[in-house]
Amino acid sequence: MSVEILVLFVFVLSIFVGFEEISKVPSMLHTPLMSGTNAIHGIILLGGMLVLAAADTPLARTLGFIAVVFGSANVFGGFMVTDRMLQMFKKKKK
Amino acid sequence: MSSTLALIFIGVAVLFILGIKFLSSPKTARYGNLLAAAGMVVAFFATIPLMQLHEWNLNCTLMAVGIVIGLVIGAIGAYSVKMTAMPQMVAAFNGLGGGSAALVASLEFLRRSHSLEGVTVSAAVPMLFATLIGSLSFSGSIIAFLKLEGKFERPHTFPGQNFLNGLVLLVILGLCGYLISGQTNSTAFIVMFALALLFGIAMVMPIGGADMPVVISLLNSFTGLAVAGDGFVINNLSMIVAGTLVGSSGTLLTLLMCKAMNRPVTNVLFGAFGSGGGSQAAAGGIAGTVKPIQADEAALLLAYAQRVVIVPGYGMAVAQAQHQVRELSDELGKRGVEVQFAIHPVAGRMPGHMNVLLAEANVPYDQLQEMEAINPSMDRVDVCLVIGANDVVNPAAREEKSSPIYGMPIIEADHAKTVIVMKRSMAKGFAGIENHLFYKDNTRMLFGDAKASLNALVAAVKAN
Repeated sequence: MSVEILVLFVFVLSIFVGFEEISKVPSMLHTPLMSGTNAIHGIILLGGMLVLAAADTPLARTLGFIAVVFGSANVFGGFMVTDRMLQMFKKKKK
Repeated sequence: MSSTLALIFIGVAVLFILGIKFLSSPKTARYGNLLAAAGMVVAFFATIPLMQLHEWNLNCTLMAVGIVIGLVIGAIGAYSVKMTAMPQMVAAFNGLGGGSAALVASLEFLRRSHSLEGVTVSAAVPMLFATLIGSLSFSGSIIAFLKLEGKFERPHTFPGQNFLNGLVLLVILGLCGYLISGQTNSTAFIVMFALALLFGIAMVMPIGGADMPVVISLLNSFTGLAVAGDGFVINNLSMIVAGTLVGSSGTLLTLLMCKAMNRPVTNVLFGAFGSGGGSQAAAGGIAGTVKPIQADEAALLLAYAQRVVIVPGYGMAVAQAQHQVRELSDELGKRGVEVQFAIHPVAGRMPGHMNVLLAEANVPYDQLQEMEAINPSMDRVDVCLVIGANDVVNPAAREEKSSPIYGMPIIEADHAKTVIVMKRSMAKGFAGIENHLFYKDNTRMLFGDAKASLNALVAAVKAN
């Protein structure tokens, strides 16, 4: 089995895991869940870093730099805003 | 990739999966978010050796500066945003992620198309996919953000719009096909990129502000898929897993939201809610008159009720009135009135929007009731206080077949003995339709800003 096929295998399995995971979510958690998954796709920051590391023209550097800034804002902001939201849920559980 | 790194990335995938799992239960949600963040930290450090840097160069400096700038933007956004503006913030962060995904794919495409080996079909497909979906998500999220900020929140439609959008999409796909067939034409690629941005705008513009939660959720899953596409392009398993998880869970979440509104997702995206308006000419057919009420009188009704149900909506969020709502509920509670909150699944601008706001104001969990739980007992409610909610309590959803919201589950506020609706004016809700509730015999309208009205109510209840 080639590596490509294995990667595809992981991809297909991930689809099912994603579907299974949130089949029973109370609606009050929909917003934090959306926000939390929003932060997870901030992993694109790593993609931005990898392409910026390989950049060798001014254009590639500029675009790669923007990709890193965007990705970084996505990942940090995403996790922070989700935590802030969930903190509120917790605080009032006294 | 060394096998050590591969093992680390498996661990990262497990952290993300568990993170999302824990996020979907109230008790563990915060822990889940931290777990996912921990996964991100591990993935970050595991990526550094992949960059094969031998010395600190310009790219490294740019990277460090870029990360810090992003951190500052993210932190300022996350900690300065008001709880009421949370949906916009998610839209904004999502848009940035989408833009980043599109840029990563574009850079790879442009770099490889100039290299000797060229772009293989198996690399071109995920690249173009990530560029298309990522840029669409970027521009679509910006429009969603602006709509939630109150800019052109009405649906914008014109005849033949769906046809024109379809045409743009067709051209995009045509260009993708051309590029996949081995043509490494940068101009075609840039045109494709631009059209995808345009398509994102055109896709969201016709959708009304009330449907933005669904749109944001959909765009969130789009960004996830774009990131997964990038993962294929640069051979990063953790990006594939993370992106795909977000893509599939986001798609399911989108469908769940549509289900809560009893509308198929196609209707949300292409229906252009309340725009054509032919069938709504029936507005003249509403029987009854609008009966205003003053705060003093409303306070009497509330103070001497046995059971009060409060239905919060977007108006409460806009007026930032959640603390006043809690105060009123506490005041009534002290007098022995049973107070409950009825939460419609799509009240506000995001599912759970009301829960977040009421939680911020320290309203106890057990006072919050979901729509299905409270509806059967609505006819035993003395006073139903509707604060800035409109479409989610409109009986037209139950009574009038021609109404665009017909069939949407609503909180049956009109079944209460008396309904007090707090509203700034007689303006229509986001669906852009008349609300029959306002004309019912048992309805009283308390006009004014929700915060000011609530303060008056609290004072009057105390005085009684």
